[in-house]
Amino acid sequence: MDDPYVTLGVPRDAGPEAIRSAYRKLAKQHHPDLNPGDAKAEETFKTVSAANAILSDPEKRGKFDRGEIDASGQEQAPRPSYREHAEADAGRRYSRSGTAGGWDEEEFGDIFGSVFGEGRQTDSAAPRRGRNEHYSLTTNFLDAVNGATQRLTLPDGRVLDVKIPTGAVDGNVLRLRGQGGQGRNGGAAGDALIEISVAPHRFFHREGQNLRLSLPVTLSEAVLGGPVETPTPGGLVQMRIPPRSDTGTELRLKGRGVPAHDGLAAGDLYVKLNVVLGAPDAALEAFLRDWKPENAVDPRRDMRAPS
Amino acid sequence: MITIDVLIRETAGLGREDLERWISQEWVRPDRRADGYVFRDIDVARVRLILEMRDQMDVGEPALPVVLSLLDQLYDMRRQMRDLAAALAAVAPLEVRRDVAEHLSKRSAPGSRG
Repeated sequence: MDDPYVTLGVPRDAGPEAIRSAYRKLAKQHHPDLNPGDAKAEETFKTVSAANAILSDPEKRGKFDRGEIDASGQEQAPRPSYREHAEADAGRRYSRSGTAGGWDEEEFGDIFGSVFGEGRQTDSAAPRRGRNEHYSLTTNFLDAVNGATQRLTLPDGRVLDVKIPTGAVDGNVLRLRGQGGQGRNGGAAGDALIEISVAPHRFFHREGQNLRLSLPVTLSEAVLGGPVETPTPGGLVQMRIPPRSDTGTELRLKGRGVPAHDGLAAGDLYVKLNVVLGAPDAALEAFLRDWKPENAVDPRRDMRAPS
Repeated sequence: MITIDVLIRETAGLGREDLERWISQEWVRPDRRADGYVFRDIDVARVRLILEMRDQMDVGEPALPVVLSLLDQLYDMRRQMRDLAAALAAVAPLEVRRDVAEHLSKRSAPGSRG
């Protein structure tokens, strides 16, 4: 094991600042996350870190100077390395290219095009395909559920009508062929790639093909039942509430969720009732004062059970 | 997968304000859940790397986006090289792969670093 003073290149009487600065300089040069695939850098970094661990700690440095410990055995525990994650598929999370996986045609052509039969593109007079351009578009919830056409103004002033497909979800990427960068020397234009993000809705929630909705109802609608108007992605519909419903009662409107698309059947709309008492009402208060429930209930009974 | 509280508690020298600023600048991109951020292993490792660069290597925060961007490009390139190698291993006949290997070693032999 090397002498830590030699490893860091500092004299025996170096002060803490000199040691820190020597370590910084070497760490920047040899950090394994900054030198992926360079085993030698990794080894050096380990040695440098071990040397620093001794010399930056006055107590350990004293022990080493007195010969009580040697330069080994002071290595730090294995560190979680960014590199291991970044080089694996997980690393695509921080990819600059914006593609989730696989190769963009543009990236492909950029470096390896000449290998795979597109070698003529390196000729500057040859036709060359335009760049793919990436955009993002926020769409409202119901447009994503039902499908819609939305207008997108590009930074260069061009206006695109983007067709949002029925049932679109956050992260869907639409490809508009030929709407990207201009080609050169008569080459085709690149594509515009538009990533959709779906804004949340005030009262609908989506779960796959199904939608959920919490619907406020009055006390008499819940107790006596009857038809109520309920919103669906396709507009208002009449829904019949069965008598003796309660807050939490869930009703299903079949086929009123996300419409059928891409081979998926239409989803359902689950409506959960939420009883709302509304403004104060003298008659209701008078009735409740004299009311003797037929079956007295304790709605909090479950909460008293030992946890 | 850990929450922001656990990450801060387990990482010496990491302050909440720093981390929140890095997230708002998209240097770290944890998943966003209704009850707060959730960090995957790669996010945790990236937070540690940023912290090391700032505190031990003296890379100031103004320079960090440049460093991170170059690193991300480097790792993109390495993943692509790996994909290419996997594709060659899957479809190229053995003799083609041998020729490629031989060609590359000839090319890098003179002036290669030891």
